[in-house]
Amino acid sequence: MLRISLPGVALFGAFIVALIGVLTFERPPVDVIATGPQGTGMQILYNPAHLTAQLAANQAPPALPPIDAGPKASTVYKNVQVLGNISTGAFTRLMVSMANWVAPTQGCNYCHVAGNFASDAKYTKVVARRMLQMTIAINTNYQNHVSNVGVTCYTCHRGQNNPSQVWFTGVTPGSGQGLAEANMGVGLPTANADGSSLPSDPFTPFLLNNKPIRVNANTALPSGDRSSLKETEWTYALMMSYSTALGVSCEFCHNSRAIQDWNQSTPQRVTAWYAEGMLRDLNRNYMVPLTGVFPAALRGPSGDVAKINCATCHQGVYKPLFGAQMASAFPALEGIGTAAAAAAPASMNSGPGPAAPSPMPPGPGSTKP
Amino acid sequence: MAEYQNIFTRVQIRGPLHAGVPVPRGPWEREGKPFFSHFMGLIGNAQVGPVYLGSLGLASLVCGFFAIEIIGLNMWASVNWNPILFVRDLPWLALEPPSPANGLAIPALNQGGWWLMAGFFLTSSMILWCIRSHQRARLLGMGTHTTWAFAAAIWLYLCLGFFRPILMGSWGEAPPFGIFPHLDWTVAFSLRCGNLYYDPFHMLSIVFLYGSVLLFAMHGGTILAVSRFGGDKEVEQSVDRGTASERAALLWRWTMGFNATMESIHRWAWWFAVLTPITGGIGILLTGTVVDNWFLWAVKHGVAPSYPAIYGHIADPAAAQGGS
Repeated sequence: MLRISLPGVALFGAFIVALIGVLTFERPPVDVIATGPQGTGMQILYNPAHLTAQLAANQAPPALPPIDAGPKASTVYKNVQVLGNISTGAFTRLMVSMANWVAPTQGCNYCHVAGNFASDAKYTKVVARRMLQMTIAINTNYQNHVSNVGVTCYTCHRGQNNPSQVWFTGVTPGSGQGLAEANMGVGLPTANADGSSLPSDPFTPFLLNNKPIRVNANTALPSGDRSSLKETEWTYALMMSYSTALGVSCEFCHNSRAIQDWNQSTPQRVTAWYAEGMLRDLNRNYMVPLTGVFPAALRGPSGDVAKINCATCHQGVYKPLFGAQMASAFPALEGIGTAAAAAAPASMNSGPGPAAPSPMPPGPGSTKP
Repeated sequence: MAEYQNIFTRVQIRGPLHAGVPVPRGPWEREGKPFFSHFMGLIGNAQVGPVYLGSLGLASLVCGFFAIEIIGLNMWASVNWNPILFVRDLPWLALEPPSPANGLAIPALNQGGWWLMAGFFLTSSMILWCIRSHQRARLLGMGTHTTWAFAAAIWLYLCLGFFRPILMGSWGEAPPFGIFPHLDWTVAFSLRCGNLYYDPFHMLSIVFLYGSVLLFAMHGGTILAVSRFGGDKEVEQSVDRGTASERAALLWRWTMGFNATMESIHRWAWWFAVLTPITGGIGILLTGTVVDNWFLWAVKHGVAPSYPAIYGHIADPAAAQGGS
């Protein structure tokens, strides 16, 4: 006969519950900031302990003292395709800054051939030039997203050769060849959707291709919207990636009682919407064309190039580097006196949008959804 | 008997081992030699067995085994037959229904065909078990209340995975098999259809669910509290009200002015429990078929309040640019 000691069972149970509690829950207190009307649950939660750690990990490095002297860079250096029109002083300062941001241990020679700085022999220099153009394009074409915060190389690189937060295309859903159902692209724990079992690559359809993100019904009664529950799961996964990337909950942008309703959303949702068009542009027109330039070791499982999503810049913070305005110390990165802004391809899904200092640019002729 | 009204039972009920009343007819007998288990005695009757399996029970177990095998082996295949990953990731693993493009056609096995087959066997298993419970109850001369309660649960299961997908024209609308995947699906369902909390049948289902919990706590607490007076002999007490029943009734009349009876409390509980999945199933069937966005539906009918627009008018930037 099986005899079990009840106090023993109770002790073991208490131990397991305590273990789960310690491993799962955060230590209080949690600061609550209401962002919507009372009763809607629109709140941002901050744990001061986490915030302290995040603040320490997301500090912008000090900028070098400004220099803007000397003749045009193109008159002194050879093969200067993007920054030829700025002064040699500003040019040199930016080059040194780029080395500090991207290759602090290797220095100039990470991109340049020693003794022949004009040479494009190293792939890193080819990539760096395109990334410079991309940075300028972001700061000039996408002020509706980056506003006056702007981006620099450091926003993504953080002193590393390769940004830590990039993504590669996953398996093609339903591509399993065996008898069993495999390679569905869902049903595995995925950090891309906050550790859920949702689709593990929500980026390829939405941030590289232009699949419709909106799946919510917009009418009380059915009126022909055939968005499926499976599509909803993909959008849901994408939204969870936004949430993780910015360290916020759904309520940062949405009123959860009516997720789809713009008029109950916060201005941040508009800012985030501009990012979607921006990311498609950056991935398609800057990253994908560089696929062959990167060595195979830096490419993904299917040989694709590393691509950009919210986390690449935000890294868990609602504004990259808590909104430090690094770019303003480098006028060339904001397109002033460079040739890159004009060379940047027209952005997709996002109009020429004038510079908008407000985080909520009301579009001209906007209509209620 | 003073010990018997503890929250944790320290008394084990043990009579002589017995097989129960004779089985009236049929080729099957109750299987297995009954025995006592201390552990089972802690939570119920200490005697385990014998079990009446019967042809329906056997068929149900076989169907259930097929369903679990199909689901489990497909999940195992999804981690490349790695046993460690299978155990570690089991809560995440899924057997997915076919793509919406497949409609209601029978898909290839690895594109949702296994899902359809697992659903068939699982449904068969449950319905067979339900019929079996009906037959067993009839042969014991009982009413068939538990059968209909089980049928109510099967109704909700079929509304989610069978009736609504057919009404929507796609197996892809059905939930996947899997622990976390079906929970993710549930959230996606609410997101797609404008917040299920505004679905009045979902509201009713929650009322009955929470009501069931409340009634269970009230009834269980009341009976335990009067068991020292023989209140646990509920059937006797409902016919021949004794001091336990009087005290229990008086407690509720004193505290809230009304009391159920020893008999009616079980009707309350049964109907609350059964109406939970029945109303829930209706709410599911209406979603996407006759109502597409429950929040907007609730606004239309004056259910959802409006709040001041504290950020001013936020326009859809896609509409402003003429795109989507």
